[in-house]
Amino acid sequence: MLDRRAVVRTLLADRGDLVCVAGLGGTAWDVAAAGGHDLDLPLWGAMGAAAMVGLGIALAQPERPVLVVTGDGEQLMALGALATIAGAAPANLTVAVLDNERYGETGAQVTHTALGTDLAAVAAGCGIADARTVRDDAGVAELRDAVHARRGPCFAAVKISPDRPPLVLPPRDGALLARRLRAALGVE
Amino acid sequence: MDGVIHPLLAEYGVRVIGHVPDAGHTALIQRCERDPAMQVVTLTTEEEGMALAAGAWLGGARSAILMQSSGVGNCCNLLGLPRILAGPLLLLVTMRGEWGEENPWQLPAGQAVPALLSTCGVLVHRADHADDVAPAVRSALGLAYASNARVAVLLGQRLLGAKAFEEAS
Repeated sequence: MLDRRAVVRTLLADRGDLVCVAGLGGTAWDVAAAGGHDLDLPLWGAMGAAAMVGLGIALAQPERPVLVVTGDGEQLMALGALATIAGAAPANLTVAVLDNERYGETGAQVTHTALGTDLAAVAAGCGIADARTVRDDAGVAELRDAVHARRGPCFAAVKISPDRPPLVLPPRDGALLARRLRAALGVE
Repeated sequence: MDGVIHPLLAEYGVRVIGHVPDAGHTALIQRCERDPAMQVVTLTTEEEGMALAAGAWLGGARSAILMQSSGVGNCCNLLGLPRILAGPLLLLVTMRGEWGEENPWQLPAGQAVPALLSTCGVLVHRADHADDVAPAVRSALGLAYASNARVAVLLGQRLLGAKAFEEAS
């Protein structure tokens, strides 16, 4: 089973001008654990918003790769966003769902992906042509390259271990995170 | 009405339009779709628009989110997103469930809109007459994109005209 921290480290390796939006909970901690970066937007709330925030950034910054890293529970709250992303068709947007089949922050209750929901099939059904399920290191490395290729939109369900690594927390102040990102993009 | 709103959005450099369509917004959506400087994104639910607007602003693009009043309630939780980011939000809401409404199912959500937006920290402008529209939209654009405020313009049913339900005879 893939280790979530190793997956995120690989996806953010040699990131260049990559913008990364992280969904609340485990994936925000993963992005912080990877070192943190001015071009990261780790969310502490707004469950279900990560992919659409990524779409907004991708439309505003079409020359940059934009990666959304979020959890299966967070994405399950916003399956319709996958249809919206397919329709808008931003070439520079990748949504990577770290799927541990658990609501990790609330007691490890099973999510719908443990009950039969196939997120890559949902994304493909919504019209995202490059929709994949990643189960091994080679797949993670290919996904990292796809993020930078900007031939998307791309969706990946990355099946990870349900293990919970130690908390590494990003800044909590949303206004600070927003201005840090905008300044790094040169739009503040 | 739409002939007034689109030029104002263009004047203020709005580049991203998100919407769940409403009949009252039809002509505005068409004008925006014909504008090569604007990207129009069809949403599956109105709350997606709160996140789209936040992302667009983070990336340096101005947006406007269009919806019918029945969709405002869908946005409650994510109305906190632009607020916590201390960023702007511009909503253009076509009202139902008020002046002359003939579909009772529109009343509960429509009547809740002003209080709901206020509770969620969104400033509310109303336009109930044609002459109200341009000043209200211009004010909202200034509040959103000079003052980083969250603001909604409610385009009243008195302005739009109540939807007619005429059965085939």
